[in-house]
Amino acid sequence: MSLSIGGAVSEPGVLPQTNGWLAGARDAFSIAMGYYGVGLAAGVVEHAAGLSVAEILFLSVVLYAGSAQFILVSMLALGQSVSAIVLTVFFVNVRHVLMSAALSPYLRHLPAWQNVLLGAQLTDETFVVAIARCGREPQLSARWLGGLQLTAWMVWACANVSGALLAGSLSERLLQTQVLSFALPCMFAGLLVLQLQVQSVRWRGVSVAITSAIVALTVAWHYPGPWAVIIATVVGATLGLLLTPTTVEPTA
Amino acid sequence: MMELRVSIVELVVLCALVTVLPRVLPLILLSRITLPAWLRAWLAAVPVAVLAALLALQVGVPNGQWTGQDPAMLFAIVSALLVATVSRSLLLTVLIGMLVYALLLSFF
Repeated sequence: MSLSIGGAVSEPGVLPQTNGWLAGARDAFSIAMGYYGVGLAAGVVEHAAGLSVAEILFLSVVLYAGSAQFILVSMLALGQSVSAIVLTVFFVNVRHVLMSAALSPYLRHLPAWQNVLLGAQLTDETFVVAIARCGREPQLSARWLGGLQLTAWMVWACANVSGALLAGSLSERLLQTQVLSFALPCMFAGLLVLQLQVQSVRWRGVSVAITSAIVALTVAWHYPGPWAVIIATVVGATLGLLLTPTTVEPTA
Repeated sequence: MMELRVSIVELVVLCALVTVLPRVLPLILLSRITLPAWLRAWLAAVPVAVLAALLALQVGVPNGQWTGQDPAMLFAIVSALLVATVSRSLLLTVLIGMLVYALLLSFF
């Protein structure tokens, strides 16, 4: 395929089937299944904590963070102060700093306002799907990422509201919810294997993965809370850096 | 059912603010400067580390309302890892992983 690179527009749109909004929405399929399951459960919990349907819609659209929403409603039900809730939510979500930083080389071609919009919708799941694509492409398409994230966002909000509306009759559906939410760990497993397969040095990636998993479990067993992912990521990535020869430029 | 309490709106907006900042600030700040090679090597190792940590926590630690620590989950995740290694297909991995989990849950 011949492309003129001289044009001012960095995204020529010649590959709509892989770079466009719809392709992004399609690549959100696994996330959508998982979010529907988790979102239904979240909606039930939020409803049980006394939030109205309108409040649940507002919560899932504006906050849009699974673990933070569970924390917010459970702390609210326990009568905790606003400052305690906000601080806990911050600690739970500060891990996204690492993911946002890892994505930044692939989004720096975009204007700042697009970085703000795309970054604001970043979740664990959209991050791992997006970063899997970065191994194959030097930069991410804003439309593809937008399609991916908008789909995930809408499914999450719909699932939360569905959970609230179905709350009374959901007990027999809990098995289905459990299976649907299992799409997320399966997706993590699949993406982990795919990430390891594109690594230039396989044993380095495997060492990082095993170290990170062990650290995460160790921290989580001793200190329940938000720190496991952050500490495991810092330790794992530092090991990855130490195992990278200084003379060789990292390619991905 | 459709009421929207001011106190809830305020709380959600504050929580959203502290959620959005860590998601957005690195994208804005790091895109303005050229990162040193060591930092790029460190960031390049972040995805594998994040994925492994998230996966380990979902399988190994009871998490909120929707996952628990059970052998069915462990077995289904091992199946998913094998399917991913052989097929290199994310969709197939997710579908077979869910199928294995559903079968294990309904039979045992």
